[in-house]
Amino acid sequence: MSKFVKKGKKGTPGISTASLPDIIFMLLFFFMVVTVMREDDPKVKVRKPNATETAKLEKKSLVDYINVGPPNDKRYGTEPLIQLDDSFAELSEIRQWIKDNRERRDEAEQPAITTSLKVDRETKMGIVTDIKQELREANALKINYSVNKGSSIEN
Amino acid sequence: MADIAFLLLIFFLVTTTMDQDIGILRQLPPPVPEDQPKPPEVKQRNVYEVLVNSNNQLLVEGERMDIRNLKAGAIEFYTNPTNSPDLPELTRVTRAKVQENLALIKQALADNPRSSDLKKKLKIWEQKEIAIELVGDYDELPASALISLQNDRGTSYETYIAVQNELSSAVNQLRDDLSYEKFGVAYSELNSAKEEDKPKIKAIRAVYPQRISEAEPKNFDNN
Repeated sequence: MSKFVKKGKKGTPGISTASLPDIIFMLLFFFMVVTVMREDDPKVKVRKPNATETAKLEKKSLVDYINVGPPNDKRYGTEPLIQLDDSFAELSEIRQWIKDNRERRDEAEQPAITTSLKVDRETKMGIVTDIKQELREANALKINYSVNKGSSIEN
Repeated sequence: MADIAFLLLIFFLVTTTMDQDIGILRQLPPPVPEDQPKPPEVKQRNVYEVLVNSNNQLLVEGERMDIRNLKAGAIEFYTNPTNSPDLPELTRVTRAKVQENLALIKQALADNPRSSDLKKKLKIWEQKEIAIELVGDYDELPASALISLQNDRGTSYETYIAVQNELSSAVNQLRDDLSYEKFGVAYSELNSAKEEDKPKIKAIRAVYPQRISEAEPKNFDNN
């Protein structure tokens, strides 16, 4: 009978903190979703080619990346450019870059350093061959052609 | 609400991949010194020549080939099933032969312990011994047999990778088949970190070595 009878005011209730964990979780998820882990700013567009016979690169800390592809910023033209770390580079800068990277690391680890070539699939082999020649001269002989998993022969 | 949150948390934990870099690993040849003497001529039959031009067309052993047939072609080169005179001549490696050679080399090495040439030979034959132990007698490619890959500066990177991939896949298939036959597992399933798998990997590599050589860059049609 008296179930729905208001029992008069008893002052304002305090704000419930029961939903606080949910808010924290929501924030956590928001940041989890929007965070992208990446090594450096990509300045060139790289659409990797496909291949099936792939190997995983172990020891990420021992891998250096060379990106090659058409620049994202059209002001630099549409021809493929080389990106080392965070900036565009000339072919001739590769040797010094390899040397710097080598000195940064332990001597014992040096033979295991791999140079990973992330090259856009439309790139002509000319520039890739030049890079490979530079790497040979710099004695960085372990290389990896970065690819996506998939069939390399288009139908 | 907390349950939903956990559900989401676990969902993202499972689906998130930290973009792992995968690729085709290759070892570049060391730089050639300028006064390098010319390498000895290799018999035509021992070289599988793959040329790619700037229109991404393949010329394999002097004939145009579709990339779809490259894998079969490379496998044929490795195994020479018809004993063709245009493909490498395989020699049978037997236990007796390996032991005989090992004894000879060890003897020579005892007389001349500083010879690095002999040491290299010893290593090669020791590897063959491991292979014999594990897979039994096998047919061996001549030491000079190789796949020679040459591309133009105008070849697209995609084609280049596709060719590399097909050639690797030919060798991998041969290795997988052999491994299945002898050990009951695919070669790609063998784990180089496991002590028991190490000799198996060595043995299979001795039988089917991956010999893809890239020619010194040349410019075919000036572009």
